[in-house]
Amino acid sequence: MVELVVFAVAAAACLVGALGVVFSENPVHAALSLVGTLFGIAVLFVAQEANFLAAVQVIVYAGAIVVLILFVLMLLGVDRVENLRVEPLVGQRAAAAVLSLGVLALVVGALASTGYEVTGPVGELDVTVADVNRLGESLFTDYLFAFEITSVLLVIAVVGAITLARRPRGEEIVDPGQAEREAQLARRMAEAEARAGGDGAGEGEGAEEAEGAEAGAAGEAAAEEVTR
Amino acid sequence: MTDVVWLIPALPLAGFLVLLVAGRRLGEPGAGWLATAACGGSFLATLVVYAGLLGEEEHSRSSVTTLFEWMPVGDLQVDVGFLADPLSIAMALFITGVGTLIHLYSIGYMHGDADFPKFFVYLNLFVFSMLLLVLGSNLLVTFVGWEGVGLCSYLLISFWFTDEANASAGKKAFVTNRVGDWGFLLAIFLAFATLGTVDYGELAAGAGELAGVTATAIALLLFLGATGKSAQIPLYIWLPDAMAGPTPVSALIHAATMVTGGVFLMTRVNPILAAGYDWAPDVIAWVGVVTAFVAATIAVAQNDIKKVLAYSTISQLGYMFLAVGVGAYVAAVFHMITHAFFKALLFLGSGSVIHGMGGEQDMRRMGGLRKVMPVTAATFIVGWLAIAGVPPFSGFFSKDEILLYAWGSGGAQGRALWAIGLVTALLTAYYMSRQVFMVFFGEPRWDEPVAASAGAAAADGGEAGDGTAGEAGHAEVRPHESPWQMTVPLVVLAVLSAVGEVINLPFTDDLHFLERWLHPVVGANEAHIDVATGTKWALAVGAAVLALVGILVAAAVYLRRRVRAVEPSVLAHAWYYDEAITRFAGGPGTRFFEAVAWFDAHVVDGAVNGVAALVRTGGRRLRAVQSGFVRSYALGISAGVVVLLGYFIARLYV
Amino acid sequence: MMVALEVTPAWYLVLGALIFSIGAYGLMVRRNPLVMFMCVELMLNAVTLTFVTFSRMLRDTGGQSIVVFVLVVAAAEVVVGLAIIVALLRKRPHATADDVALLEG
Repeated sequence: MVELVVFAVAAAACLVGALGVVFSENPVHAALSLVGTLFGIAVLFVAQEANFLAAVQVIVYAGAIVVLILFVLMLLGVDRVENLRVEPLVGQRAAAAVLSLGVLALVVGALASTGYEVTGPVGELDVTVADVNRLGESLFTDYLFAFEITSVLLVIAVVGAITLARRPRGEEIVDPGQAEREAQLARRMAEAEARAGGDGAGEGEGAEEAEGAEAGAAGEAAAEEVTR
Repeated sequence: MTDVVWLIPALPLAGFLVLLVAGRRLGEPGAGWLATAACGGSFLATLVVYAGLLGEEEHSRSSVTTLFEWMPVGDLQVDVGFLADPLSIAMALFITGVGTLIHLYSIGYMHGDADFPKFFVYLNLFVFSMLLLVLGSNLLVTFVGWEGVGLCSYLLISFWFTDEANASAGKKAFVTNRVGDWGFLLAIFLAFATLGTVDYGELAAGAGELAGVTATAIALLLFLGATGKSAQIPLYIWLPDAMAGPTPVSALIHAATMVTGGVFLMTRVNPILAAGYDWAPDVIAWVGVVTAFVAATIAVAQNDIKKVLAYSTISQLGYMFLAVGVGAYVAAVFHMITHAFFKALLFLGSGSVIHGMGGEQDMRRMGGLRKVMPVTAATFIVGWLAIAGVPPFSGFFSKDEILLYAWGSGGAQGRALWAIGLVTALLTAYYMSRQVFMVFFGEPRWDEPVAASAGAAAADGGEAGDGTAGEAGHAEVRPHESPWQMTVPLVVLAVLSAVGEVINLPFTDDLHFLERWLHPVVGANEAHIDVATGTKWALAVGAAVLALVGILVAAAVYLRRRVRAVEPSVLAHAWYYDEAITRFAGGPGTRFFEAVAWFDAHVVDGAVNGVAALVRTGGRRLRAVQSGFVRSYALGISAGVVVLLGYFIARLYV
Repeated sequence: MMVALEVTPAWYLVLGALIFSIGAYGLMVRRNPLVMFMCVELMLNAVTLTFVTFSRMLRDTGGQSIVVFVLVVAAAEVVVGLAIIVALLRKRPHATADDVALLEG
């Protein structure tokens, strides 16, 4: 009974958080929703006797990664509200829905094909040993090589991050088709807004949105001027 | 001592390289002397090898000196090696010997030419290539030499390339020879495909195992190559035009050495020829004798002093092929050597005349030159007697040997070959006498304008004008004797022409030096004739009498002016052979190749371009997939995941 | 009377599939690169949840070990990805994923 309640609460947190990430117009809200999901999953880890991983999940994900993302959001001041009611790429949203539902259906189908039961050989686990001990032993015996490789990966990631984030000196990347593509995107945006406006939302609201978008574009241009 | 054989071609090569780098600095006459020394040194090296071979037992007079592996490709093992055997050394001896004399002569002849050093660069390169040709131990090395001499021939014919006629004469020679080279190459391929080797020694050893048809094919393909290089029907047309080059070139390349390359090749591969069908040698004999006859008839009506000699050369080469065809390899080589002497002499003599006449080549403007050019005239007369077949000069003996073998080959065919050869001998005596009388006897005509009536023939001869003509106007021609560098070779060659027959006198077997010398190479396949001594004498006397008849008739026509000259324009135009080829190539030939070009442009290129267009169109379509939008890519990945998952799950239920 | 519902591993797996699908959908729909990043994190977490569930079902620690590696890779990915985003947004503060299409064919 306790397990059921725990699962229900945690799963609800996970799903709400996930939906929040996807559907929040404000990226800061999305990041906070992500924290909800991460906590929910940590709870589910505990429920499945992975106490150490639950702790790592909270510390690394909620404590480090999300904070890092928020840092970037705040530092760069890019917490602009994203207009989710328009989609410049025609058909993208419908295709995305179909495909993600397809993935879901197929995965669940795959599960159902096994009758939700374990099909492979089941190992013997010494339940008297703490999970962190077992994990450590596994990491430093069976997965030693992979473990060593991850250290190399981290070094490379750090070097790469520094190289990328340094203020570029001298030449900058020139995008030859930038103006053309921006014009194209703006056109698609306008078309998408026209479509969204025609779909049922009030006329005035649509016009307002368009106006807002125009103002946003102007502001963007001004901001770009300033950076230059 | 035979292992110094590499020195023989190395010296001209060194001379060529040095002259190539420092020729301009050496200038005139230093470059000429250096080239002459290189060629002379090569002659000395040949003598050393010759002495070495003499010291060996007869059956071991053959040594291969391998310099390095050239192409070790699977079964194909080709070395760069030199074969020193009686045949190659005999060839090398007269190539370097006559070559040295002609180098010396050229110093005088090319005097004052702006490109004096360049001439000797080519000349040394030629000698090197020619030696490679004769000394090569396998078909491929010979082929390299073969192409090398072809290249030098081209370069030297077009030496005065600023004149369009000279340039196109060089191109003509080059292109015509390509036809023959095609045959040569096919023969090499065929030899390798069937025998797995291109080495002469192994070819000779393996020839017996060849199927008759294969041996015949190889022999005739090589003969096709030989007809190109040695100017036989149907590929002889380039040699008359090749006279556009400087006269020493005509003497060295287009009379004494390169054009005999074909005869040499056929002699070299005599085991293969013997392994083929019986009719293969007959083909060669007939091609030779018909060429000899046709060329002789053409020579009767030429007015250009060098063209007469050019057709004469073709004719004499025809004799050599006749000899090869009837199996008289010794006679072929014998005639090759004597011909090298007297034809080089005649060419050099004509060069001396042209030099003295300030570039004039038309015999109708000459006459009475024996008084102003005594040495040239005397030596030229010796050459004339030699080629006309007057005993005891060398040409009589070598030509008589060939005719004897033709007679002795038996049957109606042998008689026919002999009869045509004899008539050709008569014609030879006639046209050579005509030339001598027109040039050296009679009244001086160099101040007279050419009779307008002779228009067409004059144009024919005048076109190949010798570049040295230059400033010397026709009105002020003052013939003079040539400098000593030119007369010395003339005298030497005249002596050789007069006594060259001593290498193979027919009287007793002891005097058959050349035959015994060549025995290891050709002995096995040499024809053995059975002709009574009396018949031999009768044939010889008959030939000599005919030669005298030819001379007397020519004297009556051109010296005494008793009989009107018979010079039909069909002969002056060389039987319209060139015109026919031109018309054929220009008409059906051009149309055929236009059709080929159309096929190439539309079908072959169409296929290639079609594939390219397909790829390009496909690429242009596929380009749209790379929109640059990350989210589209994510969509693609998701689609892939769905497809893969669907596939795996579907597999569970199927 | 309460129906005794037992929580089976299948529930966890279905939940993981749900979160994964939501994350995938978000990745394809959102234009803000940072939010796309968060969607990738969602998908990664769905996978780790699945791994832990399998680890428990199969009574094998290997599944938990893989989660550690996923964490490391996610951390590395975040580091590099954020560096790219920072470099990008510093230049064009309101760029979306659609604006960065230099690799257009």
